[in-house]
Parts: sequence; structure tokens; C-alpha cells
Amino acid sequence: MNSRTLTYLLAVAALLALTALAFAVGRYPVSLAELFSVLIGKSVSANVATVVLQVRGPRVLAALVVGAALAAAGTAYQGMFRNPLVSPDILGVSTGAALGAVLAIFLSLNVFLIQIFAFAGGLAAVGLVYWVGSRLRGHDPLLALVLTGVVIGTLLGSVIALLKYLADPYNQLPAITYWLLGSLASIAPRDLASAAPLALLGLAPMLLLRWRMNLLALPDDEARALGVDTRRLRTLVVAAATLMTAAAVAVSGIIGWVGLLIPHAARLLVGPDFGKLLPLAMLLGAAFLLGVDTLCRTLALIEVPPGVLTALIGTPFFLWLFALARRSW
Amino acid sequence: MFIALFLPASVINAQSPVLDASGRKIEPPAKVERVYAAGPPAGVLVFAIAPDKLVGWTRAMRPNEAQFFPERYAEVPELGRLTGRGNTANVEVVLNAKTDLIVDVGSTGETYASLASQVKEQTRIPYALFDGRIEATPATLRSLGRLMGNEKEAERLAAWYDSEITQVKKRMQGVSRHPLVYYGRGASGLQTGGRGSINVEVLEFLGARNAAAEARAGLVTVPFEQVILWDPEVILTTDPNFWRLSSQDARWRGVRAVKNGKVFLSPHLPFGWFDFPPGANRLLGVWWAGKLLYPQAFDIDLRAKVSEFHRLFYHRDPSAAQLDALLAEPGVLPK
Repeated sequence: MNSRTLTYLLAVAALLALTALAFAVGRYPVSLAELFSVLIGKSVSANVATVVLQVRGPRVLAALVVGAALAAAGTAYQGMFRNPLVSPDILGVSTGAALGAVLAIFLSLNVFLIQIFAFAGGLAAVGLVYWVGSRLRGHDPLLALVLTGVVIGTLLGSVIALLKYLADPYNQLPAITYWLLGSLASIAPRDLASAAPLALLGLAPMLLLRWRMNLLALPDDEARALGVDTRRLRTLVVAAATLMTAAAVAVSGIIGWVGLLIPHAARLLVGPDFGKLLPLAMLLGAAFLLGVDTLCRTLALIEVPPGVLTALIGTPFFLWLFALARRSW
Repeated sequence: MFIALFLPASVINAQSPVLDASGRKIEPPAKVERVYAAGPPAGVLVFAIAPDKLVGWTRAMRPNEAQFFPERYAEVPELGRLTGRGNTANVEVVLNAKTDLIVDVGSTGETYASLASQVKEQTRIPYALFDGRIEATPATLRSLGRLMGNEKEAERLAAWYDSEITQVKKRMQGVSRHPLVYYGRGASGLQTGGRGSINVEVLEFLGARNAAAEARAGLVTVPFEQVILWDPEVILTTDPNFWRLSSQDARWRGVRAVKNGKVFLSPHLPFGWFDFPPGANRLLGVWWAGKLLYPQAFDIDLRAKVSEFHRLFYHRDPSAAQLDALLAEPGVLPK
């Protein structure tokens, strides 16, 4: 067994162990016997069934989906932009989703519509960035895209600020703040049912095109010489990564660091080849967010915002990785 | 000053300084015609005492709110807030409104006291800060009345408010069982207030058992499992989205309050009854929650209470249709 296979096996084992642990712990005490009974469909008290099947279970699975989706999108973008500082929201998907959600909260809409608005906002923002960015001729297309993303992201950010300013400070403003902090606290089975298929839909092209993804890291003319239409491939990757990120952010709010940090860690372990990198990044992303979210819901009586924990863990880890990394990628 | 506390209000010279909640002595201006209220709780009180003196609301009345006030006040302009979260006013606006007095009612902590001093320095307009708790409302009304030169009107409201507080306390003496209450905020219902949080002051005023009492003061998000663990008997909310969600969502079905149909939605027009804005308006929330939590002890005519409060504080008797709309909204009262 070579070391790469071992890495994958360890990651899978860690993920499974963490998932089992996450199912077993929580504010509501559920014994292992009860947990087992619920999972094989035997009857238990109604509250235990609700906790495991409606509250904790969906939340655990959502953490896995969101973590894997953010890590996959981050991996794709870091490869495509040839830049290790890129995160999934470089083209404004998170800011767009935030604007959608903030608008929905401002209009006092319900949870479901807040998610719809967030998802649509994320897609629309990237659509706008891509449309404007690809019309800025005479520049490196990637640079044009990134700059447009930054500029439009800032614009959307100031619209969010305006809505916060106009929002009812007693009622809407706290709700907006909580959404922007990100949280998996209110995940319902329905959220999982809507986010998971969309994330898979985004993942499919990345998996199918994993070999060609490496060519995106080459300059356009070299890739073209190899017979790859980088423009079309790039559009597809942006669409896929955006779909995954928007689906994740719509149910979780903004959770930083996962999409930036995890691809790095995975690259250190297995190198830059996209086909090998993507599965490991997804495993690590799922495990990382699941671990963080499990802490969020068990550390204290109240919820700890996951963004706070991902940053607390992520910042030193990121710096350590950076100091460690000698390998050019 | 010490002696003054023991004298009836009428004996004190109207021109003697008023001590505000931050401990600053404020000379009542010779003539107060225009008062700027720095936040909604102050607006409610200034409007109650002398509606013609309120130069503007922090946020203009929307049509569904304006219908509860006399028509001539529906057009009172929007001037923005000067206090708390989301400052939207500009000191020049306050000056331009030719204000004689600025009033803030609510939290009396150092942040607000220093803001008051700073604006006073900038504008030379007297700025008074008063306690916004339900319990302190009569005293706040009296001080405000003296500053505004409306002692008679303020005293009438304060005496009435005092008697309401006394009535609530008397009724509470007959209560032997306190159900466990959870206050669910936000569209998901997972935000709540811990002990000492201004958001649950109505509950604490009623001596109710707040399920989230052990959480820290202030607004917090709690894990869903924690709510199931508390298993509250009654849930009160200010969010119609959450009220609807609670009856449809399988996750909430196991909670006692949901099972027994005891999730109630606080009315919010023209000012909220239960939580926000955190002002005198919450007296109606006290009666409402009292009736829901202690039906025997609070065998009251809520309709009459609403009418009386509206007449005194909003200067308009609500119509039968308006009362119906307030009280018959789904979720406000038990079916």
C-alpha cells in the first residue's frame, strides 16, 4: 500500500469515526442503545426519534455536505486561478447569497424563502460577475474575472450594509447578523433534501472532467495547443463550483475558511493533481466542518457560531501549513 | 435632593433640576414645544404625554401602524434614531427640527450616558436619559412630564401605569403554578433571551419561568436539542413565520407546547406587545402573557385593557374592527 492510499484510508476512517461520534453527542441525551434502535427502525420514545431523525441526523449530514461542497469548490477555484489564496467566494457567490438572504429577512419572509433568495442571489452574483468579466477584453481573462468579482462583491456588500442600516434594529438586524455569522442550528431534513442534490449536480462535471482540470492551470495558449477549449471548460467549472457553494451557503449561511484551508491541507498531502486532490479535499472538508459544528452545538448551552471556530482553528493551522509548504504547486 | 425624593411631586418647583437616569442634573427648559425622541421607547412616552410636542418618529408610521393614531399625527415625519443599534439620525437633523429637548428612554449604561453628554455638548440642547424598564415607567413618565412642562398629563399616565403594575402584582399573588415558558424569536424560533435579557422583561416582570433562564443575558441562539430538552409548556413568539413553522415542522412536534397547541404570537401593532420596542408599550404584553400563562388569576377583559391603553397612550380609541384584527389574528389567543 503506498502512502497516498493510506492517506485516503485514514481520511475515510476519520470521517466515519467523527460521524459516529457526532451522532452520539448533543444537548439532548441519547444513549447508544437508543441511537442504534432508532437507526434500525425500532421504536423508541418520540423525543429521541425526533432528536436523531429530525434534528441531529440532518444537521450531521448537512455539515458533511456543506463541508465537502465548500472544499470541492475551493479546490476547483484554487486550481483554476492558479492561486492558493482563492476561496469559493472569490467571484461573489457568498456575498450574493448574503444579499439575497438579507433582502428576504428585510422583507420578513419565512425560512424557506430566505434560502431560496440566498441561493438565487449567489447564482445571480456570479452570473453578473462572469458576464461583466468576460466582456472586459484586452486583459488576462482570469485577472478580469477576479477583479470583477472583487469590485462587484464590494458593491453587493455595500447594498447589504444599506439594508442592515434600514432594517428594524430590534428584530431584523439581529436576524441578519445571525445569518451572516453562518450556522447549521436550524437545519431541517428539507434543507438537506434541497442542498444535497444541488451540490451533487455541481460535483458531477468536476468529477467527469477531473483530468482536464489540471490543464486549466496552464496558460491559455498552452492548454489550447493541447486541444482544450479553456474558455468553455472555465465556464463549466465556475458554474459547477457556484452551484455547489450557493446550495451550501443557502442552508448554512456564510462559513469561512473551509474552502480556503482544506484544499491546501489536501494538496500538501497528495499533491496538486486534481483527480487525486478533489476526493481528499472533500473528505477533509466534510470532516472538518462536522467536527467544528459538533463543537458548536455541544460546547455551551448556546450555539457557538461556526465561523468563529473555523477561524480560531483555521488561522494558526493555515500559517503553519504555509510555513511548512516547500513544495511548489 | 434627598428631601426632594420624599416630597410630593407638586411641591417641587417645576424649575428645579430633574435628575436623569445617568445622574446628570437637567434644568427644565423654560418652554418646551418640540421634543426629539432618540429611540422608539422615548417616542412612545413623549407621544403619550404630549403628542403635539413630538417632532418626529425615529421611523415614520407605516399605513398599518398609522391607523391606530389620530389622523393628524399620522404624518409626523421620520427623523431617524440617535441611540442604540442602527443610528440613523444626524445631529444636524435634530438641530434643524428646532428641538427644545432630546429624550432617550431605555438602557441607562455608560454608552448611552456618554452619547447623551456628547450630543448635549454639540447641540446645547438638554438631553435626558431615562430608564425604560416596565417597573420604572411611572417614574420615567413623571420626570419626563416635569422636563416637558406637562406635569399634569404625565402624572395622570404615571398614576394609571402604577395602578396597572399594582393590579398585575396583586393577581400574581394568587398564582401557585408557573408553567415553563420559552420565548422563540426569529423565523426559525431558535433565538431567545436569557435571564436579565431585556427581550424577556415581560416574562420576568410576571415572575414566569423562562426555559432559557440559564443562558446569558441578551439575545442568543440555542441548539434545537436544547429546546426539546427544556420541553417548554408554553412558547411565546413575536414572529408570525415561526408561529406558522412551529405547527408544520416535524422537529417542533415533540415539544409539549406545540403538542398542546400552546404556541402564541404576540400582536405587534402599532408597537409590539412583548419584546420590541422595549418601552411602555409592553404593558399590553404583560396582560396578554399573564392571561395566557395564568388564565385563572388573569381572568381579565383583554379587549378593554387594549382600548384603555390605546386611549391613554396613543390618543385614539381602537375601533371594534381594529381590536378584532389585533386579538383575532391566528395564534394571538387560544382557540
